[in-house]
Amino acid sequence: MVNPDSHALVSARAAGAYRASAKALAEEPEEIVRLVKDSGLRGRGGAGFPTGLKWTFLPKNRDATYLCVNADESEPGTFKDRLILEKDPHLLIEGIVIACHAIRCAHAYLYIRGEFCLPYERIRAAAAEAYAAGLLGPNAGGSGQPIDLTIHRGAGAYICGEETALLNSIEGKKGQPRMKPPFPTNVGLFGKPTVINNVETLANLPFIVENGPDAYRAIGTEKSPGTRLMSVSGHIEKPGVYEVAHGVPMRGLIEDLAGGVRGGRKLKALIPGGSSTPVLTAEEAYAVNVDFESVQATGSMLGSGGCIVMDETTDMVWALDKLAHFYAHESCGQCTPCREGSGWIAEIVQKIAAGNGTRKDLEKLESLAAQIVGNTICVFSDALAMPVVSHVTKFRAEFEAHLADRASSSAAP
Amino acid sequence: MKTEKPRWSAARAEEIEALRRRYPTDHALLLPVLWMAQRDFGWISHEVMELAAETCRTSPAHVYSLATFYTMFELEKPIRYHIQVCNNLSCSLTGSEGILAHLEKRLGIRAGEATADGRFRLTAVECLASCGTGPAMQVNDAYYENLTLETVDALLEEWMK
Ligand SMILES: Cc1cc2nc3c(=O)[nH]c(=O)nc-3n(C[C@H](O)[C@H](O)[C@H](O)COP(=O)(O)O)c2cc1C
Ligand code: SF4
Repeated sequence: MVNPDSHALVSARAAGAYRASAKALAEEPEEIVRLVKDSGLRGRGGAGFPTGLKWTFLPKNRDATYLCVNADESEPGTFKDRLILEKDPHLLIEGIVIACHAIRCAHAYLYIRGEFCLPYERIRAAAAEAYAAGLLGPNAGGSGQPIDLTIHRGAGAYICGEETALLNSIEGKKGQPRMKPPFPTNVGLFGKPTVINNVETLANLPFIVENGPDAYRAIGTEKSPGTRLMSVSGHIEKPGVYEVAHGVPMRGLIEDLAGGVRGGRKLKALIPGGSSTPVLTAEEAYAVNVDFESVQATGSMLGSGGCIVMDETTDMVWALDKLAHFYAHESCGQCTPCREGSGWIAEIVQKIAAGNGTRKDLEKLESLAAQIVGNTICVFSDALAMPVVSHVTKFRAEFEAHLADRASSSAAP
Repeated sequence: MKTEKPRWSAARAEEIEALRRRYPTDHALLLPVLWMAQRDFGWISHEVMELAAETCRTSPAHVYSLATFYTMFELEKPIRYHIQVCNNLSCSLTGSEGILAHLEKRLGIRAGEATADGRFRLTAVECLASCGTGPAMQVNDAYYENLTLETVDALLEEWMK
């Protein structure tokens, strides 16, 4: 049964919320860091970096520390954080309290994407309830320490999900990524040491604190412990967010949980972890498991767990056209290779999709993708290049079939 | 035409001062202040940018650079219904192209344009994180998901009254 009031504090409390944070607040911060390190929790925002390890990068002697909660969720194909914000915001706030205690942070900022209107209302209401109940505020959870939470609304820009762009955006600047180093754990929000964690990452903390690292490690695989929220969309019978243990076969997620490809058709391709992760062929998708290392072994990434399903009727040039358009639109414009390259790539893909491209264009597409990687301030350029390269390599025949000079090119020896 | 200089209401000014205490710099108030301004004045005119700059102790030029960087700030006179249809991959796989074309036909405008009476603006936007409930669109502050041509027509009927 779905509880329509699952977002309210009474419902959350009835389900056991804030027991783990009370337990955490009674412990030394170092102990919580140890628990999280031992649990092997890996970030759910994209890169899969170990959370506990990231926390230990904070300098030992520091005057202020900030936690930034990344609720920007702009990666196409990904809609899991929205679910937590809408249905279970107190789970997130409890995770925030635990993280703040662990890293000795007195003020957390939650950055939420501007388009999220209902999630924004829900998380604000939940924070107000948590303040009223003394779970947040000058004496958070009766611990004697202050934990404040400020909710900061973005205003439409995919790049603000990148952690340093997010910092700039909170500071009242254009949301453009910063050069690294320095890393945010040293010089972050308002120049202070800062940890940035994804919503789902933080939502894992109450379970870890309450049940211990061993119980967490008992779920999932050795290198990807715990469960995973997978967003499944596209040509699928039952689109939605599914919580699965890491390591389950992708085939099971697609066929059993999500009801299989829509209309009984055959799978053609699958993007496993959000639009920036390399596309998999049906064969690759059906052979892979849902965990960081299995997907990585295919040359792709589990990323943010945004699984986009494409059936046999999908024109892969058309699909790449959609993605390329997105990246050209969202480049923040700081780096020439990204700003110019993304526009150029989008133009060429569109030209090929319209049947006006030539063999030279296809070659240029590949060479452009290769040139922008590694030459920019942030990895947005990789996020653009990876779908281009994987689409063109794995579905080359389709791209060639679209070329205007295909007659002459296929006649060539 | 002379427009009156925008001013915060007393309640709003108080809210801004309370918010100011939550940030170590006045500069960081900019995004929240622009959101409030958009709500209170309907859109972000140059006069509103000046007010925001004053409130956040920065230059109007800086406010301008922000207001134009983020896509959700309205830089033109308010439109009654701003229809934003998701154009990204998951929504396209579930039929958003047809929804957009239908809206273009019904409203007699192309994506990116507004109707002559200023009631509707149609925009093709990027991912709304509604991928599991596509095709989706955002109209002002509300999401409409699992769209069909019929539901779009029913909504238009309502809004055109
Ligand atoms: C272009 C780009 C966009 C990103 N968008 C998001 C996002 O929307 N949400 C998110 O949590 N992380 C996003 N990330 C990853 C963040 O930079 C960061 O790694 C993450 O929030 C760290 O949290 P985690 O360790 O808990 O995963 C993005 C990264 C890049 C390069
Ligand atoms: S790579 Fe692109 S998005 Fe990243 S900083 Fe450079 S221009 Fe901006």
